[in-house]
Amino acid sequence: MIHSLFLINSSGDIFLEKHWKSVVSRSVCDYFFEAQERATEAENVPPVIPTPHHYLLSVYRHKIFFVAVIQTEVPPLFVIEFLHRVVDTFQDYFGVCSEPVIKDNVVVVYEVLEEMLDNGFPLATESNILKELIKPPTILRTVVNTITGSTNVGDQLPTGQLSVVPWRRTGVKYTNNEAYFDVVEEIDAIIDKSGSTVTAEIQGVIDACVKLTGMPDLTLSFMNPRLLDDVSFHPCVRFKRWESERILSFIPPDGNFRLLSYHVSAQNLVAIPVYVKHSISFRDSSSLGRFEITVGPKQSMGKTVEGVTVTSQMPKGVLNMSLTPSQGTHTFDPVTKMLSWDVGKINPQKLPSLKGTMSLQVGASKPDENPTINLQFKIQQLAISGLKVNRLDMYGEKYKPFKGIKYMTKAGKFQVRT
Amino acid sequence: MTDSKYFTTTKKGEIFELKAELNSDKKEKKKEAVKKVIASMTVGKDVSALFPDVVNCMQTDNLELKKLVYLYLMNYAKSQPDMAIMAVNTFVKDCEDPNPLIRALAVRTMGCIRVDKITEYLCEPLRKCLKDEDPYVRKTAAVCVAKLHDINAQLVEDQGFLDTLKDLISDSNPMVVANAVAALSEIAESHPSSNLLDLNPQSINKLLTALNECTEWGQIFILDCLANYMPKDDREAQSICERVTPRLSHANSAVVLSAVKVLMKFMEMLSKDLDYYGTLLKKLAPPLVTLLSAEPELQYVALRNINLIVQKRPEILKHEMKVFFVKYNDPIYVKLEKLDIMIRLASQANIAQVLAELKEYATEVDVDFVRKAVRAIGRCAIKVEQSAERCVSTLLDLIQTKVNYVVQEAIVVIKDIFRKYPNKYESVIATLCENLDSLDEPEARAAMIWIVGEYAERIDNADELLESFLEGFHDESTQVQLQLLTAIVKLFLKKPTETQELVQQVLSLATQDSDNPDLRDRGYIYWRLLSTDPVAAKEVVLAEKPLISEETDLIEPTLLDELICYIGTLASVYHKPPNAFVEGGRGVVHKSLPPRTASSESTESPETAPAGAPSGDQPDVIPAQGDLLGDLLNLDLGPPVSGPPLASSSVQMGAVDLLGGGLDSLMGDEPEGIGDTNFGAPPAAVTTAAAPARLGAPISSGLSDLFELTSGVGTLSGSYVAPKAVWLPAMKAKGLEISGTFTRQVGSISMDLQLTNKALQVMTDFAIQFNRNSFGLAPAAPLQVHAPLSPNQTVELSLPLNTVGSVMKMEPLNNLQVAVKNNIDVFYFSTLYPLHVLFVEDGKMDRQMFLATWKDIPNENEAQFQIRDCPLNTETASNKLQSSNIFTVAKRNVEGQDMLYQSLKLTNGIWVLAELRIQPGNPNFTLSLKCRAPEVSQHVYQAYETILKN
Repeated sequence: MIHSLFLINSSGDIFLEKHWKSVVSRSVCDYFFEAQERATEAENVPPVIPTPHHYLLSVYRHKIFFVAVIQTEVPPLFVIEFLHRVVDTFQDYFGVCSEPVIKDNVVVVYEVLEEMLDNGFPLATESNILKELIKPPTILRTVVNTITGSTNVGDQLPTGQLSVVPWRRTGVKYTNNEAYFDVVEEIDAIIDKSGSTVTAEIQGVIDACVKLTGMPDLTLSFMNPRLLDDVSFHPCVRFKRWESERILSFIPPDGNFRLLSYHVSAQNLVAIPVYVKHSISFRDSSSLGRFEITVGPKQSMGKTVEGVTVTSQMPKGVLNMSLTPSQGTHTFDPVTKMLSWDVGKINPQKLPSLKGTMSLQVGASKPDENPTINLQFKIQQLAISGLKVNRLDMYGEKYKPFKGIKYMTKAGKFQVRT
Repeated sequence: MTDSKYFTTTKKGEIFELKAELNSDKKEKKKEAVKKVIASMTVGKDVSALFPDVVNCMQTDNLELKKLVYLYLMNYAKSQPDMAIMAVNTFVKDCEDPNPLIRALAVRTMGCIRVDKITEYLCEPLRKCLKDEDPYVRKTAAVCVAKLHDINAQLVEDQGFLDTLKDLISDSNPMVVANAVAALSEIAESHPSSNLLDLNPQSINKLLTALNECTEWGQIFILDCLANYMPKDDREAQSICERVTPRLSHANSAVVLSAVKVLMKFMEMLSKDLDYYGTLLKKLAPPLVTLLSAEPELQYVALRNINLIVQKRPEILKHEMKVFFVKYNDPIYVKLEKLDIMIRLASQANIAQVLAELKEYATEVDVDFVRKAVRAIGRCAIKVEQSAERCVSTLLDLIQTKVNYVVQEAIVVIKDIFRKYPNKYESVIATLCENLDSLDEPEARAAMIWIVGEYAERIDNADELLESFLEGFHDESTQVQLQLLTAIVKLFLKKPTETQELVQQVLSLATQDSDNPDLRDRGYIYWRLLSTDPVAAKEVVLAEKPLISEETDLIEPTLLDELICYIGTLASVYHKPPNAFVEGGRGVVHKSLPPRTASSESTESPETAPAGAPSGDQPDVIPAQGDLLGDLLNLDLGPPVSGPPLASSSVQMGAVDLLGGGLDSLMGDEPEGIGDTNFGAPPAAVTTAAAPARLGAPISSGLSDLFELTSGVGTLSGSYVAPKAVWLPAMKAKGLEISGTFTRQVGSISMDLQLTNKALQVMTDFAIQFNRNSFGLAPAAPLQVHAPLSPNQTVELSLPLNTVGSVMKMEPLNNLQVAVKNNIDVFYFSTLYPLHVLFVEDGKMDRQMFLATWKDIPNENEAQFQIRDCPLNTETASNKLQSSNIFTVAKRNVEGQDMLYQSLKLTNGIWVLAELRIQPGNPNFTLSLKCRAPEVSQHVYQAYETILKN
């Protein structure tokens, strides 16, 4: 099982270590540093690194490497999922997960890590339970603790630990009972030169924020549940009900959680809400190239496309760009060759465009690679797959909760090849 | 007010100050001090000197302080065992605390302290906690047994904790069950023989129930445990599958992959006709696709596993090609894996799409990725024949880009395409030659040189091209040098008149000025060949090359099956069985897929056309350069040598002979020209090199040496011939005694007969006839006994046979009924011929064919035999078998056992595939035979036995 955990910052300092079995010397991280050096970018460090006696599994989040050390055959996904959970927990506890914050809260971090694993076996990873065991620091509590000398360690066995609904604590009380659901869909797509779709898929999630008193039992039904044929549920969802009735039935965790994530890959269901017209030409002989892109809406179901940004990694041979946008602002970093254009809203009557010239290295040959255009955008009040929630019902409690549902479509990895 | 204050140090000395604070009377101060100590510990500072002071703080009712002290203890107890004893009393007391949280905490912490004296005190509290009324304590205690086992396995067994732990599998609380399973699995890993997880249908049922209710981590433990269970029939397998399938929709990817493992394994037992089988296949695709939308590190592990799944059951993901398309900002390790799987899934149906993508990738920025993409195009060409033309034109387009590394990579793969489709795309050679100057990588240079040599006759200025390479011969890498040597020899054999000088130059460069033994040896062999027998040289060097086929990087079926059992583990990431890399290899149990149940076996369809992708340790499409020398020696030189094949020395000896003798003849009395080809003699420098080699090496003529060497390797000696046996005793045939045997020499079978006249009268008018038999054996010529056979005279003759006679299945299969006639009467006898005379010379299957065929032949056709008391080592066994036309296709070492994969072909075209397992030091071999006509297996086995034992 998981032996040890090292947290390493981007400059290569180990700033925290935790061992769940015997102590593993931090020199084991040297193998990690070697791999890090070989991979030019932090994102490219391989997630599994073998060393003579151990295996290092790492994830890179918030500019921190979380490196787990294992010694025997352990499912790597198990370790990686656990590391993700560590990151989420830190974020949950401290608001942000960063080196200074972890250092500031090192004792809490250490206590939390100790609760999360026992002898390398996961013990309590649900944030509900952890928060009952180790209270997250708040300014108020710190002050109170200093004055009264009380502790931030719970001395009662968390109720959720052993119940059949480990994700929910008992005795939850709210004056305003509310349940909000956000349906967020991200479109991942590759569009080729000619504008036709190479691949397109939707990664959707339903995130919930449920603040309800007691033990509410919720059901959520959809207008068109058939869309969801590839889904992953939060453990609270009763799978049998879904299989037979296509209804989500669950006792929700308290607070924020991801109820479900789904995947729509059938091409005909994935509408592409924007298009990009581009003409980028590097002329062989002269040292000037032409650059022009236009962004326009397409299949956006009458909703406004907003928050549009365009980024593109230009070839090395591009020295500078002199461009004029019809709207928004743009920057070009001549060192990293990164062009970014913050477009804002798309007005279908007056399509935003960015055009101008590129100055190329004199005498150098035409760049080999074509830049890929990366697109970000948002469409409020629309789930592009057409998914619609029908109704939300609550059983088991008497009060009337306030319910809300929001839809949003975003670009995920949306790439246009040129 | 943050914890970072704990890091501030004072000038006086941190330890000193902390000590004072720890001993303070004020509770709050104490706690702050302990926090400071813990903070120092987390960043790796050594604060073990404070041990006694920290332990003193342990007795407190403040839970946080207690926890902090415990944290400290776990880290440092080992370095201060004597001091740690001080803590025991508090632990024991805490184990009795009314608060379950404290009981659990105490037992949990005690287990983490790896000090013998503390462990002794742990037993009693642990026993109580395992039976505690509170499930939280029980589940903590279960893990504690695993901890204790790690420290002192004997103690755990003596105290009977293992049985208690087993009982916990039936606990009412699912979390306790999950932890008990996890603990038992961990213990079992270090004790593979112990039957700890003895699963039966009842316990499986318990686990399946717990599976629905426990935490995600518990689900992983339970699923991994389930995967080790062997259902008794397909019905049980199906019912487990049904209950596991909902896990595929879990948000935790590790749960999903563990569920996939269980399903992939148990699916093996389900009949393909079953509706459920099809449903299950369909259900497997979406979760795998979903894994690919997760974070990159999860994707990576998922992709490595999908790579296995795609090889085992390509049908699952065959429609999902697009999800493997690469996004330009994927991390490189994800990109490379995706590319691999794309090629495995490539088929005629989607090749156009794949090629378009690959071409796109070839213009990306990342050099490694671009190279692999170009290679992938070549692999598509080799895999999907219909696409070859499009691939070649794509590659040409890429060459036109003149991007250096793209060109080089393209040339390397075009070489492979030439080998797969000879005489089809040579028109592109001109374009390739234009890029000669830009090649600076050894592999690309070697590939280009190979192309020039191979097609020398079509390239007008081949000699100039090769000469230009020759200039910097010594600066080239070995790979290029070897290739250049071979290419120039090829060129010489094709255009002897213009290139004599060139070939002499390269031979002398290779033999005299090089320190590389491979290069020298190959130089000498060519030199000797050219000087003694140019015709033979032509046959050897310009021999038709075996076609390369499909993909080579498929994982061997047995290994693949094993790896499927390890889906989701490190083994699946490395594509190696765990014993190959897991630390200590503490006797990892060998896992295998369950056998398909009888009812379903017949439905196994041969559709699993495997796809492939390269991974470093798999063989290359074309044998590595280093192997070519070996290949050269192994080449069949045609007719057997009439010379005395006496005492064929070992291979090494042969090599020494070759060197010594070869030099000798090269250096011989005729300094100006040996043979008709008129080679200049190597200058004096060689003598020094030759001198040590010649020591002890018998000096004999080069020619016989060379052949001696080949016969040592064993291609020429012909099949094993059994001693003659009496087939027809004189008593039964009125005085005619016939004894005989069967032989096979270079493709022809003959019956060696010895006729003895034991009668008192002269025998004449001999004739022979065979009854119809299983393989259509028939005399190819009449029986010719030239002179009458007088009394007491014996005549030996050899009757050539062919296999074009009429066929009738005999019982036993190799039964041959013969009628012999002479002037006295007609006599009948029957004999059994050894099957190996029917093994033909071209019975060597290519590796890929072998893999595919092996997979293709249903398992029920597999027969296993034991060959006892055969004291041969692998090498000799393989050589022996090869001389009887049983060819070793591949060899692998598994856990110290040698596995020989062999093929042979019978005269009627039936292929027999064999796996011969040889354990060094064990004279009993295990032979598994697979053949579409399983009735021959028994006889093939007998042939093996005869050959190996004689």
